[in-house]
Amino acid sequence: MSNLTNTEEKPATQQQGTVRKTSYFTPLANIFETKDGYVLEAEMPGVNKDGLEITVENNELTIVGRRSDVAVNAPVVYRESRDLDYRRAFDLDPSIDTAKISAKIDSGVLTLTLPKAESVKPRKISITD
Amino acid sequence: MSIIRYQTPELSTWSPFDRLTSLRDEMNRLFDLSLPGLTRDDGLFSGWSPALDMHQDKDNVFVKVELPGMKKEEIEISLHDGMLSIVGERKHEEKSGEGESFRSERYFGRFHRSVTLPTAVDSMKVNATYKDGILTVTLPKAEEAKPKQIQVNVS
Repeated sequence: MSNLTNTEEKPATQQQGTVRKTSYFTPLANIFETKDGYVLEAEMPGVNKDGLEITVENNELTIVGRRSDVAVNAPVVYRESRDLDYRRAFDLDPSIDTAKISAKIDSGVLTLTLPKAESVKPRKISITD
Repeated sequence: MSIIRYQTPELSTWSPFDRLTSLRDEMNRLFDLSLPGLTRDDGLFSGWSPALDMHQDKDNVFVKVELPGMKKEEIEISLHDGMLSIVGERKHEEKSGEGESFRSERYFGRFHRSVTLPTAVDSMKVNATYKDGILTVTLPKAEEAKPKQIQVNVS
């Protein structure tokens, strides 16, 4: 029903002409349907409101998160995290009203609310006598 | 606790470039894991194992853990016998049960990470902050563990 699932992740280097930061980290995401639309949650630790860039173009939603956490200024003993910005693209279902998409970020988790257009919502038709 | 962080496989990735990128990332990570003695392995499939970094300079040891979407009250930090443990639980919010789920990559539930600290620390002065989903624990080194210059008097 929704091709929000048929996401197609573009090679990260495609749009980035410069060599500055060629690779991105793909954030883990959850997508679920609600009564009014869809909710997308993506984990981006180290990103706050100022580092977020969300664009919709040709029914493709792209989220970019730039880390604002300052690296610890001390030699590394052991490291598992990667100092990369986040990027991920999703194809949007045509039923989504792109003008009404809203976003918030809290404790490194981005939550996008993607409402369905009024015209595709199930409507109750009342019978007049 | 797993030494290697489990990554959810990208089921719908078709681009060969992406595959190469993630393979390269995996390889980089293998090379980064040069100190296997630092973590204790509690079994490979223990679920959520948030990424942990450790840094040290001459005065402090810093431990950074990526814990997006938590409340600071849900994180417990303890220090015992030179081992720092960080335990917590990320609760699954009920709202996701409303409709069909299309993607479910995030982990929910308990995590437990512990690391042996490289030096003795002053446990009374340990300080932790949680910001933008990242927990940073600063552990000042104990006086006796700091490098000291010893004057030798030659008579």
